[in-house]
Amino acid sequence: MKYLDEFRDGSVARALVEEIRQVVTRPWVLMEVCGGQTHAILRNGIDQVLPEAVELVHGPGCPVCVTPLEVIDRALAIAQQPGVIFCSFGDMLRVPGSSTDLLRVKAEGADVRMVYSPLDALKLARLHRDRQVVFFGIGFETTAPANAMAVTRASEEGLTNFSMLVSQVLVPPAIEAICASRSNRVQGFLAAGHVCTVMGTGQYPAIAERFGVPIVVTGFEPLDLLEGIRRAVVQLERGEARVENAYARVVADEGNPVARALLEQVFAVTDQPWRGIGTIPKSGWRLAPAYRAFDAAERFEVGAIRTLESPDCRSGEVLQGLITPPECPAFGTACTPRHPLGATMVSSEGACAAYFLNGRTKGAPAHA
Amino acid sequence: MPEPPRFDEWTCPMPLRETPTVVMGHGGGGRLSGELLEHLFLPAFRNEALEARGDAALVAVPAGRLAFATDAHVVRPLVFPGGSIGELAVYGTVNDLAMVGARPLHLSASFILEEGLAMEQLAAIVGRMAEAARRAGVAIVTGDTKVVERGHGDGCYLTTSGIGVVPEGRSVGPDRARAGDAVIVSGTIGDHGVAILSVREGLAFESAIESDCAPLSELVERLFAASVEVRALRDPTRGGLAATLIEIAERSAVGVVLDEGAVPVRPEVRGACELLGLDPLMIANEGKLVAIVPDAQAEAALEALRSVAIGRQAVRIGSVVSEHPGTVVMTTAIGGRRVVTLPLGEQLPRIC
Amino acid sequence: MCLAVPGRVDRIYEEGGTRMGRVDFGGIVKEVCLEFVPEVEVGDYTIVHVGFALSKIDEAEARETLETFRAMGVLAEELGEEGDDPHEVSG
Repeated sequence: MKYLDEFRDGSVARALVEEIRQVVTRPWVLMEVCGGQTHAILRNGIDQVLPEAVELVHGPGCPVCVTPLEVIDRALAIAQQPGVIFCSFGDMLRVPGSSTDLLRVKAEGADVRMVYSPLDALKLARLHRDRQVVFFGIGFETTAPANAMAVTRASEEGLTNFSMLVSQVLVPPAIEAICASRSNRVQGFLAAGHVCTVMGTGQYPAIAERFGVPIVVTGFEPLDLLEGIRRAVVQLERGEARVENAYARVVADEGNPVARALLEQVFAVTDQPWRGIGTIPKSGWRLAPAYRAFDAAERFEVGAIRTLESPDCRSGEVLQGLITPPECPAFGTACTPRHPLGATMVSSEGACAAYFLNGRTKGAPAHA
Repeated sequence: MPEPPRFDEWTCPMPLRETPTVVMGHGGGGRLSGELLEHLFLPAFRNEALEARGDAALVAVPAGRLAFATDAHVVRPLVFPGGSIGELAVYGTVNDLAMVGARPLHLSASFILEEGLAMEQLAAIVGRMAEAARRAGVAIVTGDTKVVERGHGDGCYLTTSGIGVVPEGRSVGPDRARAGDAVIVSGTIGDHGVAILSVREGLAFESAIESDCAPLSELVERLFAASVEVRALRDPTRGGLAATLIEIAERSAVGVVLDEGAVPVRPEVRGACELLGLDPLMIANEGKLVAIVPDAQAEAALEALRSVAIGRQAVRIGSVVSEHPGTVVMTTAIGGRRVVTLPLGEQLPRIC
Repeated sequence: MCLAVPGRVDRIYEEGGTRMGRVDFGGIVKEVCLEFVPEVEVGDYTIVHVGFALSKIDEAEARETLETFRAMGVLAEELGEEGDDPHEVSG
């Protein structure tokens, strides 16, 4: 496929690794923020071909993982109400709430449907006027424009049987929270390319300057990731802390103005709880007052559901890059994708699950 | 995308046209059941054993070890790009027999129909089954039909069982792989699973991808005709290539090393996997085989497979090793490695 | 995560007041909302996430990045860099 295959070339990848090897003179800790990048790094074995001095830690960039337990419990409560068609992206279906998950309530009779796009949920609402169609609107800034568009369309069409359970999280406040944490080890960041596709790069210079960290906007293919790593290492070696765009074919500095304008209109910033981490101030979006009628949490009166997380899991430390998944005592034993204790084992995007699924358990033959 | 009815397949469709949909009576053993047999199954499957209409089929079996397999089929939609539940039911059992080195001979077919299934659709499925049986060189010699009330089935569930005979001197099994052996796949992977996904509500997309469902017995016969000492044969259906190779690695207590660049995947299948965040290694196939053969015979095996149309893209994708027994490792294009593992259940599209 | 993939816009049309298009991803075609990319024309490549095009891929930028990479790759080959032997696995 054009624009994918060219960025997967093995010989160029080896040359990039060699460039990194030439530049690096001491150990550095980098964090890739986005779960999609974590997945690509493990799937391609990028962490194994890097010089040992470069350590990658995996950030909290998986919206599925960080969706608060209580939001999932609300989703489950809504899905089990009669007359509801509950629509969700595929990877949210298996995420356990405090007692069950969407696939299980589906097995017990709830009408839960997997969709590719929020537009598919809108289609269902048009098709089934006698049913309440609810879309589970999770995501980072990348998914937000799609969710926002679905809400505005429903509003314009007067689709009173459509609503959205919103759990939208924002990347820059999470990076700030990681940098500000007293135990922070991260010295440079690979910023999530597709988040920047929407939001642009303007939010990052202040963070780079305040905390003295290089931030490199990075894509998802092996060559993109290696180039992002290379540029971050070059900056660190030179003692620089700038924002760079290593994904310029997709990311414009101003992001996507049309999408940003819609986000301004549909969402309002809110303090957001992150599963495994806790509440980060101003790190989420809720529906703006003009669109509150489409808030499924209010429509189905599940806003009062509160759930405390299990204290046994160290996903918070994993999400902040303080420990790698195998360093958690529960990893691969008490906590597996079959019985996930915490957020990062829940989705295949989560760092723990990605480690587990790519065989990065203790003693596995993964390291060359 | 329902097929147009194939009334030309019916010798005497009149009585069936009077009941345009399946009704409870078609499973009741009375006259309606008889009409279904008389006007649909017998003309379509036409063979002596079936026409004898005994409670069991009487068939002659050549000497050798008898192989016996059964396979249940549930699929939505019943007809999909490149196939239907009919072909799946025939090839599923034929391929299970072929994978133990048997020559498939006779099948049974047991239908569980849902009240209200269009007779035209049933006829189309039966017609496709008959065609599939002809292509695979087997006869459907006995069968049964039951009908369940509307809402209690997906139109049609179909179970086939089959017998075949393993000729003298063939000995294959998932526990026979040895370090040094070559790992071969008979063609592109993921075609069937992606064809089904392409018509799935909520995920549908347009593509030219068709299910690869096909009988594998001819490929197997060519391998043995070329005197290849086949160690293990498997058709990577549910769970895909990943599940098959992990099973062979575990059962043989060997490691498997795959070369990511060598695994053949059609561009459209890759496109679908990129779009939905799926791994082609874990997607179902219905017309592919994995063969483990001695390293020295890899070329002969490939030549044998490529002499058949459905094996033309056969290729070596890796090797059996003595290291990391029970584990399949993939070497990636950039020189990294990853351990190939299985999803917990069905692979769900990753979207965020 | 934000799984978004590049596809080629084959057709653009209006549907219920929304700018929509058919986008081809290596031979599979999906209907995609183009509302966020008013600049995209037929034949352009765009990055698509959950059924929405989010940006037009900048051909010149892509070429520049690849040329930089290629220069490195060529350099590495001249130095006689060897890749890992793919059939050697340490346990």
